[in-house]
Amino acid sequence: MTDSTTTAARQEPAPGTFVPGTGPAVHAPGRTFGGPRAAWLLAAVVVLALLAGASLAIGARGLPLATVWQALTAFDPANGDHAVVHARIPRTVLGLLAGGALGLAGAAMQGVARNPLADPGILGVNAGAALAVVTGIYVFGVGSLSGYIWFAFVGAAAAAVVVYLIASLGRDGATPVKLALAGAALNAGLYSLMNVILVSSQDTLDRFRFWQVGGIAGRDWSVVLSGLPFLAAGALIVLLTGRILNSLALGDDIARGLGQRVGLARAVTALGIVLLCGSATALAGPVAFVGLVIPHAVRFLTGPDYRWILPFSLVLAPALLLGADIIGRVVLLPGEVPAGIMTALVGAPVFVWLIRRGKGAGL
Amino acid sequence: MAVLNAKDLTLKYDQRCVVDGLSAEIPEGKVTMIVGANACGKSTLLRGLSRLLKPAAGAVTLDGKDIHSLPARELARTLGLLPQHPSAPDGITVRDLVGRGRYPHQGFFRSWSERDETAVQRALEATETLALAERNVDELSGGQRQRVWIAMALAQETDVLLLDEPTTYLDLAHQVEVLDLVTDLNRQRGTTVAIVLHDLNLAARYADTVIAMKDGAVVAVGSPLEVVTEGLVRSVFGLESRVIPDPVSGTPLIIPIGRHHVPANELELVS
Repeated sequence: MTDSTTTAARQEPAPGTFVPGTGPAVHAPGRTFGGPRAAWLLAAVVVLALLAGASLAIGARGLPLATVWQALTAFDPANGDHAVVHARIPRTVLGLLAGGALGLAGAAMQGVARNPLADPGILGVNAGAALAVVTGIYVFGVGSLSGYIWFAFVGAAAAAVVVYLIASLGRDGATPVKLALAGAALNAGLYSLMNVILVSSQDTLDRFRFWQVGGIAGRDWSVVLSGLPFLAAGALIVLLTGRILNSLALGDDIARGLGQRVGLARAVTALGIVLLCGSATALAGPVAFVGLVIPHAVRFLTGPDYRWILPFSLVLAPALLLGADIIGRVVLLPGEVPAGIMTALVGAPVFVWLIRRGKGAGL
Repeated sequence: MAVLNAKDLTLKYDQRCVVDGLSAEIPEGKVTMIVGANACGKSTLLRGLSRLLKPAAGAVTLDGKDIHSLPARELARTLGLLPQHPSAPDGITVRDLVGRGRYPHQGFFRSWSERDETAVQRALEATETLALAERNVDELSGGQRQRVWIAMALAQETDVLLLDEPTTYLDLAHQVEVLDLVTDLNRQRGTTVAIVLHDLNLAARYADTVIAMKDGAVVAVGSPLEVVTEGLVRSVFGLESRVIPDPVSGTPLIIPIGRHHVPANELELVS
């Protein structure tokens, strides 16, 4: 981050508690765990916990936080308010899981592709998952979310492999620019194919419609549970790649010179990304912007160290998704705007603001 | 200490053969300069020596062991390299970048140690970048940045260091500064250094050994006085020249002759 960025941050106290107003968090010498960044991470966890509470309290029927607390600690089945709170738990948990998965996957993708525009939505991975799910509905008549997940994995993995192979053609291998181009092209192609299926089958369109726009409402525990093992495995893999991504960020040649096995490192990280994107997309539909905007925002707090970028993304991405979901519940009462649409609505201006603040949002 | 050897080395990009059956030794504890015309395969040789390029035939050995059979991290503790035009992540501080040179010394679960801290501190001091330690790499001048990258390579604490055109894009003062620094490193720590360098005069001044290459093969090896001659410049670069003793270092100094500047008084130049 440049000095001008830091100065700008000082002059203009940021809205929201997790955007830094001061330089030290960024400029602190940073290989020891602890210090200001640990404090920021703790603050982020608190913000997330508050949002989770708000997600249980806010909706068509608003409830005080005290009632939410009672419903969680001393559940009374006869109490209608408590039942409302409990009905909101799966949706909140799903927002936490899907948001965390997308944030982690986005951060890891930006690291592995050395590309600030890398995002599961932009590199075609979510599109691959979505097309596979549509194919599953159309060809195999799959109707349950726990059935979607397998199609989503296959689609996400296939898209990731195809993008990487296309980008790897030629002498220089998969450069950031070629990855972005291949991803954008595949993304467009996959969404066209998906639309071809959807316009030709009203039935598929109906079943697909709600899932496709991305939403975390109306999903129940069985869905959450079916995705959980994959999410946990993907998150574990990706969280352990912090050091690897730090070395890849220096370029392939230097990473190799430092003893990194670059191909293996990319493959392991990609496996984690596919697990995360596949399950997040199956659970919540293709949610845009979370994977792109959160890692960039996080870099303002952490600097370019992936050992910090990853955990911060894990905590702040679900905060964005839950926040968007909560806003979506109240802006069009008594109707709801799905979280997938709200994240883009909320995320786009934030992203523009981040870019305009300076070049600190790079890799 | 370690000896790096290329034996019957053939290196290819796709199907195009760039280095063909080359044998060479990078002598231990010395500064070796690899010189040659553009596209003669010198950078490719360095990529082969530093395991960035897998040989199509032959082998590169470090103390007699094939570098491609050694575990990557173990090799990285002995053999360091600085490629051409490295790029730093945006917003990284000098200290953090230099710290990343410690990667091969850290285990998967072993975090930052006292030894790592010491190595980084020494690298910053040796390259005189300690005052820049908390600055962002993007804010530095070209010469400072190159010193920081060399500091990262130093923090890796390898016995052998390979540098690919470390002076490109630097002005003359910074070129000399970088080569002085590498020489310090060689003299004080006994590090074996191999450098691909464009500038023949600087190569002749700073090298213990010069390896001259043409069309993917070695055409001459030896001390600068033995190797850098008018005949070599003619055969390797296709350029007429006069070679005189460098008035500062006594090493060979090449005065190129183009079509427009023919020596007016050859006798004066030769004396």
